[in-house]
Amino acid sequence: MAHIDFNTHISVSFNKELEDLRNAVLVMGGEVEQQLLNVIQAIQFNEASRAEKVVLNDMRINQLEVEIDKECLRILATRNPTASDLRLVMTVSKTTTDIERMGDEIARVAKYISQGIFQIDEQIKLNTIVLGEEIIKMMQKTFDAFARQDVQSAALVFERDDIIDAKYEHIMLMLKDRLRHEVEQLDNWLAIMSGLRALERIGDHCKNLCEYIIYLAGGQDIRHTSTKKMQKKIKALISP
Amino acid sequence: MNLFSRKTTPLKKLTPENIAVNIESLSVELNNKVVLDNISMRIPAYSITSIIGQSGCGKTTLLNSMNRMNELITDHKITGHIWMDKRDINHKRENVARLRTNVGMVFQQPNPFPMTIYENVGFGLKLQQQYSRRQIDDAIEKALINAGLWDEVKDRLHEPAMILSGGQQQRLMIARALALKPQILLLDEPTSALDPLATLFIEELMQSLKQHTTIVMVTHNMQQAARISDYTAFIHKGELIEYTDSDSLFTQPKHKQTEDYITGRYG
Ligand SMILES: Nc1ncnc2c1ncn2[C@@H]1O[C@H](COP(=O)(O)OP(=O)(O)O)[C@@H](O)[C@H]1O
Ligand SMILES: [Mg+2]
Repeated sequence: MAHIDFNTHISVSFNKELEDLRNAVLVMGGEVEQQLLNVIQAIQFNEASRAEKVVLNDMRINQLEVEIDKECLRILATRNPTASDLRLVMTVSKTTTDIERMGDEIARVAKYISQGIFQIDEQIKLNTIVLGEEIIKMMQKTFDAFARQDVQSAALVFERDDIIDAKYEHIMLMLKDRLRHEVEQLDNWLAIMSGLRALERIGDHCKNLCEYIIYLAGGQDIRHTSTKKMQKKIKALISP
Repeated sequence: MNLFSRKTTPLKKLTPENIAVNIESLSVELNNKVVLDNISMRIPAYSITSIIGQSGCGKTTLLNSMNRMNELITDHKITGHIWMDKRDINHKRENVARLRTNVGMVFQQPNPFPMTIYENVGFGLKLQQQYSRRQIDDAIEKALINAGLWDEVKDRLHEPAMILSGGQQQRLMIARALALKPQILLLDEPTSALDPLATLFIEELMQSLKQHTTIVMVTHNMQQAARISDYTAFIHKGELIEYTDSDSLFTQPKHKQTEDYITGRYG
């Protein structure tokens, strides 16, 4: 049962509720994606005002999480969902938590930029933007996999996180080198490190989302399993 | 770490001593219609097992197989074995009266006899003609206590059973079955005629009964099966599609037919 059609219940209104729930996650995901695009642009052009808007807009994302969670609770209480329906509702609830956290990470970077403590030279900026673009790609692919409930793409996205980790480590090495020579800018360096770490964490949240997608489709819990075991499990799910 | 107290042993891990009923390749034909098709299932002792499935799929027939009630239908053909206590109850030399003492049954509609509460519970014991008045009194009190009805009826034991509410009547039916000290209790949609509160009482009662009795229940209410039964069997058109611990069946069914049924989809 790798693919589940959520639109085949006898109850038409239940079909609609589950469809709305999934759409709500995609709306929330779209918002966060826009936030990420904005913050990367704010880094690129050092735009404090754009960063401020990102900070303010994070409230909206928090609000979306609350609303979606409320709907999850309502469905649990009124529909008593079972099996894949139950997994969907639980997954949505967890997914929104992770998306909300992604929003927090983005807002953190935005805050540093708006406070003027995210001053980076061209070389680090270039690398940060490359990292940012990689994260945007990963995020888009994650939401795409969620929209299509596609286990195979979710598994592939999972592996993208390695690219992000490598790029992040690379920038960290450069930063350490700078830090040694320019200790007087300590506040700035700390903000940059913390901001980059926040960006890197977005990749981890994407990974979580992919785990949920895999769980939802096949009922396989791949959290906290070794990569090797996980790949075996995923393989079993993908190939019929 | 054991964070949650609810825990059911997976069927596969049960040893033969833990099995109260072992159904092997049971097929039932009634009036030339195949009603059960090659059912094999092991029902664990001291637990609640639910049988779910669409109307007409064969749930009642499966339940009736366990105390040979299907034989009351003139044209029947039954093959396969049902082992209880190392005896095959389908064997032609099996003592059916003894079997039905050992395997009690409660139906959807409470059907008290037009007698007093006392007489209803004592009915089966009296038939056996081997107990003193004193023994019967004791057994009736015990059965009523175990059925959770004693406090409500102890002062009117000799009034007609019909004065009781639906929920009380159903508990009276359970007391009637319990009076014979059955090892196995079969319940066919025991709460479908009851209101939610009376249903809750019966469900709680079943939880306490399973300490001493093996319970097999047919239910139309999937939430009920999920809530109170340790194991659940899903039957579709006379075939056993899936049978596992309820927690697994209601969160991750293995078969699409089960999934469709429990999530309310077109099959
Ligand atoms: N006496 C009978 N003669 C022929 N068919 C019967 C008889 N009793 C039941 N059946 C058929 O057997 C099937 C299963 O019946 P039953 O076990 O009562 O189903 P359930 O309890 O799941 O609703 C039904 O299709 C029913 O029509
Ligand atoms: Mg029936």
